Amino acid sequence: MAIRDVTLAGLSRETLLDFYFKMWLIRRFEEKAAEGYTLGKIGGFLHLYIGQEAVATGLISQLRNDDVVISSYREHGHALVKGVDPNKVMAELHGKATGVSKGKGGSMHIYSAEHNLLGGYAIVAAQLPIACGYGLAANHQHLDYVTMCFFGDGAVDEGAFHESLNLAELWSLPVIFVCENNLYSMGNSLEKAWSVNSLEPRAAAYGMAYEKVDGMEIINVHEAGQRAIERARAGKPTLLEVITYRFRGHSMADPGAYRPKEEVERWRSQRDPILLLAAKLREQGIATEQELQQLEDRASGIAEAASQFADASPFPTMDDLVADVMIDPTGAIAWRHQH
Amino acid sequence: MARLNEDEQQIMRSITYREALREAMREEMSRDSRVIVIGEDIDAYGGTYAVTKGLAEEFGRERVRDTPLAEEVIVGAAVGAAMAGLRPVAELMTMNFSLLASDQIVNTAAKVRYMFGGQTHVPLVIRMPAGGGAQRGAQHSQTLESWYAHVPGIKVVMPATPYDAKGMLKSAIRDEDTVLFIEHELLYGVKGDVPDEGVEYTVPLNRGEIKREGRDISLITFSRMVHICLQAAEELAKEGIEAEVVDMRCIRPIDLDLALDSIAKTNHALVVEEGWKYYGTGQGMAAMLYEYGFDSLDAPIGHIAGVDVPTPYSKHIERAAFPNRDEIITAVHKILPQRVAR
Ligand SMILES: Cc1ncc(C[n+]2csc(CCOP(=O)(O)OP(=O)(O)O)c2C)c(N)n1
Ligand SMILES: [Mg+2]
Repeated sequence: MAIRDVTLAGLSRETLLDFYFKMWLIRRFEEKAAEGYTLGKIGGFLHLYIGQEAVATGLISQLRNDDVVISSYREHGHALVKGVDPNKVMAELHGKATGVSKGKGGSMHIYSAEHNLLGGYAIVAAQLPIACGYGLAANHQHLDYVTMCFFGDGAVDEGAFHESLNLAELWSLPVIFVCENNLYSMGNSLEKAWSVNSLEPRAAAYGMAYEKVDGMEIINVHEAGQRAIERARAGKPTLLEVITYRFRGHSMADPGAYRPKEEVERWRSQRDPILLLAAKLREQGIATEQELQQLEDRASGIAEAASQFADASPFPTMDDLVADVMIDPTGAIAWRHQH
Repeated sequence: MARLNEDEQQIMRSITYREALREAMREEMSRDSRVIVIGEDIDAYGGTYAVTKGLAEEFGRERVRDTPLAEEVIVGAAVGAAMAGLRPVAELMTMNFSLLASDQIVNTAAKVRYMFGGQTHVPLVIRMPAGGGAQRGAQHSQTLESWYAHVPGIKVVMPATPYDAKGMLKSAIRDEDTVLFIEHELLYGVKGDVPDEGVEYTVPLNRGEIKREGRDISLITFSRMVHICLQAAEELAKEGIEAEVVDMRCIRPIDLDLALDSIAKTNHALVVEEGWKYYGTGQGMAAMLYEYGFDSLDAPIGHIAGVDVPTPYSKHIERAAFPNRDEIITAVHKILPQRVAR
């Protein structure tokens, strides 16, 4: 089949193949992480992004480096697309000193100042007020970076969501609120949590621009993101509701008994965002089978290398235990006995 | 308050605690354009306790912002703005309402530097009035500094005088870390000597101060109780007991050396605080003094605190719920029995 340098929905072949590669990178990375967890190399909570790859990829790929991304504990994918070194993310999961947060944050607390990937937060919805703060600072400093804030469908039931949306609209903060609606918050399904089956009225309550998008179709995600980013650069927030699905349990500790097997199977076989994009690329003759395979293999190689890097890295030291509590070392400990 | 040289003393004037705080904010806002002030009713209303009065007119409503009634996003946005390079001063209407923002204080402000491996920090001041004694009832009379002082990653300070209020607030705004700045609702109108506006001074956030020297017993205290202890010391002096009033002023980190040096001299200690007695700040201080200063002590440390009840409304029982001068005097007599006998 001849490769055509066509565009799809205005996206170049290069961009489309980049999307394809990044989604595989996330998936292979997460599979490696799952392996590390099973082997006991990764401890604590491990929340995988498998199934949701099109959301981070479609949205974050179009951000500038100075644009801020802030997320929940399910943030490995966001970090990888923002450009954070997979080795350092994996090392963080392994609790190694070479991790982005020196092994002191773990899977839920990825942060990279140089990429403006400014944190995984593990208190549900706590990142929304903080995102407002970045928006406020951007306005004050007359900087035109936007802040993209990711959270789940569970987060919108917290008070922080409402306080933040109201403030963002009221103060015209350049923040994009992205609800990755994967239909479950841990074991609780949407029907048991939301009194109305859409975020549209909640956005309307604050007069905020709102868009709902199919999170498995990366091109749709990308387009909605483009509109939201434009709005944010012009000083207006948006609430994006992205419908998606996690293919694994809430965390590695979750066998997922609350979801019917057929439901999970249906999403996996019919709505896998990577397979959906692959089908389009083939249909349109944008990429050959061989090319697609090469991109997937490249992703596998990077994930494998990250895992090896993490394995080979040292653990933090006892000095690291007490370092970096505060800027002021005299303030870090209530009182240090010196007599 | 023996910190000033003669030149400075000549230009001292007496102003209120409230005015001292306002001056600190004005001076710091003039000095540093990154300083912004946000909170409920700080502009149009003039500030719940009138601390922020006039700031919006002077510095503009971009830098002095009334917020909706939304404590979590006030503090959360202030944390984010601080991480993003501003120097926010967030005012919470009272400490009682800080509980709605406590997640952002404890789980965000105190944690991000550490859990992100030192890549960020939070130069933020959260001002909040606390304390009881004005018949405001159980939900508006609390002193909850120990809840926050328990948490590594933030500083907690409680100035008692206008001089300290101004000097410590200026230090707090310049500090690179998060400072919970706890004011006392009954101190706003209290006057004290403060150098003239524009005469630059700061008070460090890790040092207490001896507010009155004495050789017989150390009254270890902070915030409004400093004044009550000074009154008690005055009375005790009439019977020949010289009480040393140790204003701890910084709760976290704590200047324990100051208290240890004081008890090394007096060999007796009474801890006085307004908050509840158990699991609180005073017990923490007493425990530290026992642990590191046991050999200095000739008698067990006394401890006077708020009565263990939600604060009542009705005047005379509310008064009984907080330590007073006579209670302190009685406690001192108990700790120094030989003196009473004399
Ligand atoms: C304030 C708070 N409550 C409860 C939890 C425990 N918890 C962690 S994740 C989670 C579910 C959140 O679901 P959702 O927001 O839909 O995100 P998802 O995991 O689906 O990405 C819960 C209840 C928490 N971390 N924080
Ligand atoms: Mg969910």
